Amino acid sequence: MLEVNRISKTYGKLIAVNGVSFRADYGETIGLLGPNGAGKTTTVSIIAGLLKPDSGEVLVENKQVQGDTDPVKLKIGLVPQDVALFDKLSARDNLTFFAALYALAGARAREAINEALSLVGLSDRAGDKVEAFSGGMKRRLNLAAALLHDPQILLLDEPTAGVDPQSRNAIFENLETLKKRGKTLLYTTHYMEEAERLCDRIVIIDHGEVIANDTLQGLHKLLPVTNIIAVELDNVDGFVPERILNLPEVKTAELKQNTLRIGVHDLSRGAPGVLRWLTDNGHSYHRVSSDQPDLETVFLTLTGRSLRDT
Amino acid sequence: MMIQFLALVRKDLKLFFTDRRAVVVGLLVPILCGSFFGYLFGGQKGTTETSKVPVLVIDQDESDISRALITQLTSDKNLDVKPSTPDAARDVVRKGKATAAIIIPKDFGRDAGQAFFSRASKPELDLFYDPSHAPELSMVKGILTGAVMQTVSKEMFTGRSGREQVNESLAQLDRIDMAPQDRTALRDLLNGVKKWNEQRESSETLAQGEFSGGLTLPYETRDQAITSGRNVEYNGYAHSFGGMGVQFILFMGLDVGIALLILRQSGLWQRLRAAPLSRTVLLGSRAVSAALIAGFILLVLFGFARIVFGVHIQGSFLGFLGVCAAFSLMTAAFGLLIAALGETVEATRGYSIMATIIMVMLGGAWVPTFLFPMWLQKLTVIIPTRWAIDGLDSMTWRGLGLSSALAPIAVLLLFTLLFGALAVTRFRWRAGE
Repeated sequence: MLEVNRISKTYGKLIAVNGVSFRADYGETIGLLGPNGAGKTTTVSIIAGLLKPDSGEVLVENKQVQGDTDPVKLKIGLVPQDVALFDKLSARDNLTFFAALYALAGARAREAINEALSLVGLSDRAGDKVEAFSGGMKRRLNLAAALLHDPQILLLDEPTAGVDPQSRNAIFENLETLKKRGKTLLYTTHYMEEAERLCDRIVIIDHGEVIANDTLQGLHKLLPVTNIIAVELDNVDGFVPERILNLPEVKTAELKQNTLRIGVHDLSRGAPGVLRWLTDNGHSYHRVSSDQPDLETVFLTLTGRSLRDT
Repeated sequence: MMIQFLALVRKDLKLFFTDRRAVVVGLLVPILCGSFFGYLFGGQKGTTETSKVPVLVIDQDESDISRALITQLTSDKNLDVKPSTPDAARDVVRKGKATAAIIIPKDFGRDAGQAFFSRASKPELDLFYDPSHAPELSMVKGILTGAVMQTVSKEMFTGRSGREQVNESLAQLDRIDMAPQDRTALRDLLNGVKKWNEQRESSETLAQGEFSGGLTLPYETRDQAITSGRNVEYNGYAHSFGGMGVQFILFMGLDVGIALLILRQSGLWQRLRAAPLSRTVLLGSRAVSAALIAGFILLVLFGFARIVFGVHIQGSFLGFLGVCAAFSLMTAAFGLLIAALGETVEATRGYSIMATIIMVMLGGAWVPTFLFPMWLQKLTVIIPTRWAIDGLDSMTWRGLGLSSALAPIAVLLLFTLLFGALAVTRFRWRAGE
């Protein structure tokens, strides 16, 4: 469906994208993950036909986007990172305008607009000016504007930036509906939990290069640990987490405030040993839980840096 | 492609008219400015007195001539004459509360009388003036010249000091270095004046005769304003509304350019570029919508001027519409050029405001171009606004035919093509490119 083959783009001496490749099939959701400035938006811009790559190619159903008016563009819907709407116009007027950009007019346009408004739950606000909308509603309308021409591929450039959790959930539900309809979604974000929830496969990009491209399970296999034991200690005075690394099951140890986070491969063998060691060494605790490492940890492992700190 | 083009134009027009407050202000400001300048430059139609030029006079002579001179100046309807002292006059002129101060020095009457008939050195009138009022100074000097000629000649031919001056001049005639034939002729003239004065003394009728007013200009003018036709008065509002319309429409074009520059950095631009739209459609639709808005503003301004100030299209209406359309297109292309050449919004705003003001100023929107020095008048033919304003003047108060609109229309369309071509070739389709 969508093939991105070794695309590169430079601005002067800055290499924005360097040999990025991945592919997405019908109904598949790909997460494009990376810190700010990693090259995600440049990649999306090249796929949408906004930018011409210095080298490489983008194929949509085996056809390359050629020129501004190439009909291949009809297969792509773009949800820009910014809310791309006219505040002074109503939701319906906005959608009527964006529909016309894809040559939709009259009854066809009205039908597409009603369907898009219904999907994002804004039918009852269609006549209101966008300036009266909340941030979350604007984001949903921003999504609706990209759906009017019924594109097969939807490019979503951080579509939930700056919205409240409730609106974020509403957008996720919209996207899950689209996924069920067989749309191909390319979801750009630096929120790991979003990628974990929505994406079938995740492409991690950093400094313009793909550093990982796998399913969530596949990415977890890259990690030195598959489970995290979190122990809340009563007293951390004089506690040195590195000492616990002497235990054979323990792979990582990190103390944050009064919580000790220990990485192990096998939880059933690792947990009793860790708790026994703590008791034997006089470190009392009041809460123990276990978790699996998230994509943040994957990124940290792959790059040595935290996603949101970069 | 037509659906997209029309949608883009309709969207721009909708956004413009949706902000009603901006529309009202956008029309009100040029109307106010046009009304004000029209009132100043000929819109008063003689119904209101123009303000008099404040002038101070210091009489250090206190002779018959100086008193008569002051009376003459005071009676002039263009001057507001007040007595003063040298120090006070200098202070008042410096503060800008008087345009000029005339000091009539001691013995001015006597010296002027002597200089009237002979080569005796001329007395000097000190004139303090406010340099910011140079045109008014010329007027004051003209009135002063006429008044001095009139009062001195009157005194020489009919006054007491005049008789004394004639006698004194006759007595000194032999001591003056001049050709013998000139001396003879001058003696005959002075004797003639002396005799005329003696006859006047013995005849009350002659004393009030035709020369009692002194020398005056030997002609009067009969002024006729040449407008679109006989009995059609010049309407200053026609020029001022054209000028202000041009100015504010150019500012509107500037806003179009800046808005495009801002749009280019936004997600909306990405959305537009992601759609299957050609660059010509994207920029062309913007130009057409800007031209339509510019045309709308011009028509509203002239509609207001017609209803309120009686400004009529005395010339070709088709020519008027042609000039309006050509200027509107030129403005739209100017807006695109701003967007094409602009780097940052802030810097572009600064540069383009400067360019707009220069075009407006040199185009004659503020003051008519005939007030410019000749070299500047010749230079301003390269300024498109000059053609727009000349074209509007021709079609409104000058009442000229369609043929007179053709050159302005052609030049404005040439500028449209030039600006448009530059804009399309230089436009950076993505911020940062």
